[in-house]
Amino acid sequence: MIIKHAADILPSEITSETVYRERRRFLGAALAAGGALLLPNAAPAALPRRFDKLPLSRYSANEPLNSYKDITTYNNFYELGTGKSDPARNAGSLRTDPWSVTVDGEVEKPGTYTLEDLIKPHALEERIYRLRCVEAWSMVIPWVGFPLGDLIKRFQPTSRAKYVAFTTLHDPEQLPGQRRNVLQWPYVEGLRMDEAMHPLTILAVGLYGEVLPGQNGAPLRLVVPWKYGFKSIKSIVRISLTEQMPPTAWNRAAPHEYGFYANVNPAVDHPRWSQKRERRLGELRKRETLPFNGYGEYVASLYSGMDLSKWY
Amino acid sequence: MVLSERWLKRGVFLLCLAPLGWLLALALLGELGANPIETIIRFLGDWALRLLLLTLAATPLRLLTGWGWPVRLRRLLGLFSFFYAVLHLLAYAVLDQFFDWAAIWEDILERPFITTGMLAWLLLLALAVTSNQASQRRLGRNWKRLHRLIYPAAILAAVHFALMVKADLREPLIYGAILTVLLGLRLIRRRPPARQGVQNP
Repeated sequence: MIIKHAADILPSEITSETVYRERRRFLGAALAAGGALLLPNAAPAALPRRFDKLPLSRYSANEPLNSYKDITTYNNFYELGTGKSDPARNAGSLRTDPWSVTVDGEVEKPGTYTLEDLIKPHALEERIYRLRCVEAWSMVIPWVGFPLGDLIKRFQPTSRAKYVAFTTLHDPEQLPGQRRNVLQWPYVEGLRMDEAMHPLTILAVGLYGEVLPGQNGAPLRLVVPWKYGFKSIKSIVRISLTEQMPPTAWNRAAPHEYGFYANVNPAVDHPRWSQKRERRLGELRKRETLPFNGYGEYVASLYSGMDLSKWY
Repeated sequence: MVLSERWLKRGVFLLCLAPLGWLLALALLGELGANPIETIIRFLGDWALRLLLLTLAATPLRLLTGWGWPVRLRRLLGLFSFFYAVLHLLAYAVLDQFFDWAAIWEDILERPFITTGMLAWLLLLALAVTSNQASQRRLGRNWKRLHRLIYPAAILAAVHFALMVKADLREPLIYGAILTVLLGLRLIRRRPPARQGVQNP
């Protein structure tokens, strides 16, 4: 098989020099800050604060990145507050070390693992993805992660496994937003098996070469780049393989507004927003929204024959 | 008394401009966040609604305290509410939609939160253009009836806010509760026949 995507793109085309320098400068500062944070307590961190020599995935978008500041101060993570800047302010209460994840349901080898053990067998890589929120804004984010499918295979799904269900941590002490029933807690999400096994679907543990900050769903989150952002569930504690389509948080809250599939689709409007265009944060004019957020060549075939205005 | 009232109005005038000054300062300092256009639109909408509620607070305040000055500030507050509503609508049409009239028209027709916001704005427009004394004289008794449109305008504005929110209704419900109290106080006062000369539009 000839893979021709990555070879003809130079890293310098993906990350401009200014961005690269900014990033180095930031990482230096972040490392210093991280070191200072680590000094007082002797316990080793679950993950390195910074990931070195990450290979760039061939699926990476060749587009200018949004700044680390934008990505980490403009978040929808209602468990840490419903305002866009609340999660960054409240993330301090989320303790991600130690962290354990249960993998169960229709698998031969269910179990509960520490985060380090769970991700140890996987080679991390940098994936630059577009993120399109259902609220008609978008960003370009350099995630650090690995394909979800590789993890699922390790647990040996049974023949009855048709869907994958995800659950966010439920702990109002750490996630103060859960003290009010804005949504039914814990947040849950789900994918069809073929969506979960698709090579574009990743579990992320970092961004900008650094461990994920709390507001971005530390320490482990899903990233499904062709679906609206709310599908990419944060701070995951449980991954269950199921036979039935699992409930999903926003669908449960407003079924006529948010479907199970939630594929980015400019042809199907949300009742509150047109989905035809989007504002890429940092840009003045809106841009056209692409079907499947521009990942149609990879994923459109998953939905052939489906009426996507019905299965929104 | 006349002198102090003039200074009161000047002071309130400047106070009403303070939010706009604050917004400009945030913009100049680059502190509008990752989505500055959204920040600007929300900020202007918030202040249009707050000033509308302050306008509606004048009559109940007079009824409760007997003070005359709140009612004399009413037109100023109402016009400033409209001022922020105009900036709010301009920010949406220019910064957000960049004069894309087709998209704006589609929003007005298809998105209930835009429909209600637009209706509230049109009602405020009618009140603003008839807020001068010449209109008051010309319209006579009808002026008061016309200016009761502030009630549906405020209700529509609060509903506009509530419909925009995805799940966390706390903030719009707080505005809604304040509005309910302000309108409710009028109903309570209305039941016994109003004292002579006291009208409460």
